[in-house]
Amino acid sequence: MVDQPPQPTFTGNRGLVIEEPLIFEQDMAGRTGVDLPEPAKGADRLGGLRRKAAIGLPGLAEPQVVRHYTRLSQKNYAIDMGIYPLGSCTMKHNPRLNEKMARLPGLGDLHPLQPISTVQGALELIDRLAHWLKTLTGMPAVAMSPGAGAHGELCGVMAIRAAIEHRGEKRHRILVPESAHGTNPATAAACGFEVEAIPADDRGRVDFAAMQAKLGPDVAGIMITNPNTCGLFENDFARIAEAVHAAGGYVYGDGANFNAIVGRVRPGDLGVDCMHINLHKTFSTPHGGGGPGSGPVVLSAALAPFAPIPYVVHGADGFRLVEHDDGESFGRLKGFHGQMGMFIRALTYMLSHGADGLRQASGDAVLNANYLMASLADEITPAFDGPCMHEALFDDRFLKDTGVTTLDFAKAMIDEGFHPMTMYFPLVVHGALLMEPTETESKDSLDQFIGALRDLARRAKAGEAAAFQEAPRLAPRRRLDETTAARRPVLRWHPGNAQNRAAE
Amino acid sequence: MSGLKYTKEHEWISVEGGVGTVGITPFAQEQLGDVVFVELPEVGRKAEQGKEIAVVESVKAASEIYAPVSGEIVEINKGLPDTPATVNSDPLGNGWFFKIKLTDAGQLGNLMDEAAYKSFCEGLH
Amino acid sequence: MRYLPLTEVDRRAMLARIGVPSIESLYRDVPEFARLAEPVELPAHLGELGVEREIGALAAKNIGCASVPSFLGAGAYRHHVPAAVDHLIQRGEFLTSYTPYQPEITQGTLQYLFEFQTQICLITGMEVANASMYDGATATAEAVMMANRVTRRKRAVLSGNLHPHYREVTETHARFLDFHLALGAPDPAGAEDLISRIDADTSCVVVQNPDFFGNLRDWRALGEACHKAGALLIVVVTEPVSLGLVEPPGAMGADIVTAEGQPIGNALTFGGPYVGLFAAREKYVRQMPGRLVGETLDADGKRGWVLTLSTREQHIRREKATSNICTNSGLCALAFTIHLTLLGEAGFTRLAEINHRTAVGLAERLGALPGCRVVNASFFNEFTLVLPKPAAEVVEALAKRRILAGVPVSRLHPNRPELANHLLVAVTECASESDQDALVAGLKETVHG
Repeated sequence: MVDQPPQPTFTGNRGLVIEEPLIFEQDMAGRTGVDLPEPAKGADRLGGLRRKAAIGLPGLAEPQVVRHYTRLSQKNYAIDMGIYPLGSCTMKHNPRLNEKMARLPGLGDLHPLQPISTVQGALELIDRLAHWLKTLTGMPAVAMSPGAGAHGELCGVMAIRAAIEHRGEKRHRILVPESAHGTNPATAAACGFEVEAIPADDRGRVDFAAMQAKLGPDVAGIMITNPNTCGLFENDFARIAEAVHAAGGYVYGDGANFNAIVGRVRPGDLGVDCMHINLHKTFSTPHGGGGPGSGPVVLSAALAPFAPIPYVVHGADGFRLVEHDDGESFGRLKGFHGQMGMFIRALTYMLSHGADGLRQASGDAVLNANYLMASLADEITPAFDGPCMHEALFDDRFLKDTGVTTLDFAKAMIDEGFHPMTMYFPLVVHGALLMEPTETESKDSLDQFIGALRDLARRAKAGEAAAFQEAPRLAPRRRLDETTAARRPVLRWHPGNAQNRAAE
Repeated sequence: MSGLKYTKEHEWISVEGGVGTVGITPFAQEQLGDVVFVELPEVGRKAEQGKEIAVVESVKAASEIYAPVSGEIVEINKGLPDTPATVNSDPLGNGWFFKIKLTDAGQLGNLMDEAAYKSFCEGLH
Repeated sequence: MRYLPLTEVDRRAMLARIGVPSIESLYRDVPEFARLAEPVELPAHLGELGVEREIGALAAKNIGCASVPSFLGAGAYRHHVPAAVDHLIQRGEFLTSYTPYQPEITQGTLQYLFEFQTQICLITGMEVANASMYDGATATAEAVMMANRVTRRKRAVLSGNLHPHYREVTETHARFLDFHLALGAPDPAGAEDLISRIDADTSCVVVQNPDFFGNLRDWRALGEACHKAGALLIVVVTEPVSLGLVEPPGAMGADIVTAEGQPIGNALTFGGPYVGLFAAREKYVRQMPGRLVGETLDADGKRGWVLTLSTREQHIRREKATSNICTNSGLCALAFTIHLTLLGEAGFTRLAEINHRTAVGLAERLGALPGCRVVNASFFNEFTLVLPKPAAEVVEALAKRRILAGVPVSRLHPNRPELANHLLVAVTECASESDQDALVAGLKETVHG
């Protein structure tokens, strides 16, 4: 049964969901939201390059601007609102203390190129965070500058290539499991490597025999996520690392799933040579609607000499920043020194949790995911036998012959007030549904989520396919036409734009 | 007109007078979903059997098109980039991508005929 | 622990449902030798007060730009950010949301990114812009790689007056992707001849405006020369407030524009997180890295926005992606767009005018100091002052007097003794009269001390 569409309103608004035009559609010439003094008069020194044409920016006053962004924000789902069960994203609560600390005078207002004597506290903070990261991972060194996880991957793979070239060798291939996140093969290609995919076995882990068969003098190493993207711990990780090392290669660990094991397992003990850590996942720095992130990379003794600049050194007379390297560093990856704002937030989080809290957090993350799996397994098909780690992977066998796809199922979750879990990833499973609750979900929250999913599964199997295909009906927008968006891209507002595309 | 031949990468080729017309199969367009973009090679480009020669993109996937045979591109379907939906609606007809002048007709022997392609697709699930 | 809602009662009930005796038993796939029996050797948890003391103690060891006269630039600029910006970006629906992969419930993010993309096009004079990159330096390296893809060539000509960090990041990528860079020597007077360095292998020429030393140049002739040779012109802008007053790169024939967005809306925060801006001509859009937001309609015919042209990106294209970028700089882009929206045409142009006027006035006073001279014929809000002694010493001496005088060029060009006495001085609307007086007096005493 499909319910009737609601009565249209005069404004197009629906209760608290308020339609909001673009800023360009609210322009009044000369209007502004800031008060600036009259500039001094005099000749300019612009070399004849004063701008000739108007820019075309719209003018709004502060009340309109605040209202504009407030209304926009109300159309977003967020962790602050409810469970955000995206697999491998670790959407945990973002503590507000983090925000307060990042804005402290003496931190938020430091220019990156101030004299080093005036920023000793900043360098010490970076050094402290580095110490926590090294201790938690059991690794001797860390590169702090990468700007996000994928950037950290680049750092690790570049260090590997630099190390191999330093040995006088040339190796062209990198092994990447089929279940890997797309950034892994993209990164390998960006460093000039060819990617060789390794299949998963029927237990969802890297097929050891298949991996070993691909090893050879041409293989620079392997990029491997542990726990993997199926939410499973790679039992053979240490054996894999040994085999890769024996063949002269290096082991890159994708640390996206570190939340499952932080404080309980050290990747260094398992044989990684480098691993990026997503501070915006495991260490709660906010996702911000798509960044900024931070992706420091812990490094083994073998790879440490090749770490990028800049890096912090703690000497007898204080902290120094090494910005030019005469040694083996492979170079610079980013402007300035790294995502300091995220360092402050991550260290705040670590100090808040402490070693005991971090250990409890990873345990609760794994407990929550297994609770989901155990509570759903009879209605929604788990992809592999449990236990899982911090995320639970299901496939679409439970939807067979219902006419409902994983996509439809996810869209129906929206009407129930949840952000869908990750869909269609990893690719090794058909119609994947990957759920990561994290440790900051209460049992009540999980029970409500479980109840809703069980009800949806039951309804799908009861033949209510049409309702699923029409979902979502209650969100600020229904399903959007992505095909037309890609066929005839409209990537900016134009003056005199035809606002009504339906007229086409 | 000779029958269609098919590749494992889901291209079809129809050869007449030493020139083959190439497109993607109904199976392929269905897997891709709504096609949003095609990138065609330049006329005059030399193609090698099994190597990338064009690109087809849908909202959720991007696929290389591989040359079913070696040869020279002699004509491209100029209207296709403006109406990518034709790949979905008429993959075997107006949704053709390019025409290639074969350098070695013997290469057609490496390809599948209709029956072989049909059972190949069935085996994929 | 305040962030962990599960209680022992909860845990027991959940373990019972799962059918295992303990949380530890869920780790049975971890080899015995790798399981830590105890928490690692790091301090135990702290309440908020304890954490504030620790971080506060670290903050207290620094001198922040907001508390002393400061004239630092060289790629990061302190501007006044209106109070509303920080309030709005901390709304939980923005702060704690994710990449808008489910557009029906992330129209807020998608709409502001669409507006952001439009604003970037307007201020740079370009046709299409993406939804941000990590920073200006990485955006520039990506632009060079994009030019290589578009032209199928492998040689990029870089201006010697490009910010050294931007050059260094591009060099790193060149090394691993086997393309070549033709570099130039830095020229504080800004008189480089780049046209003569273009050849048939050149994919692009990269210039910065204002350049590293502050000079403004008309790059139209270079743009024409590039196009004649089948190469792309890439223009870098490290101070986007300049676009309120200066001819934009789009009007000079730029094919790609990259910029550092930090100066608008974003705090300095010791170098990050910042936000890379990336704009190009529409015909190159499919070769662009990064996320793109496009307009469309929903099933009810209402206007909305979605991420589009995603097949270029890593999550679909994998090893054939235009870039490996995933997370970018969403919240910093939001801060940028809110600030620029508050400014509007009138505010943005006036802000730029104030910056320039203030800089012109201060340059005159500093250039008149005995032994000092300003190198630039033209500049926006940053210029190069040549001192009678090494700039690094002078800056250190003034720092002890709590004046942050500027960035010594030697900090970024350590192997150029001929530039040891050069000081980059940036002047924004934040420099009060007394700040400027303090700098003039301080320099006067220090250079002759």
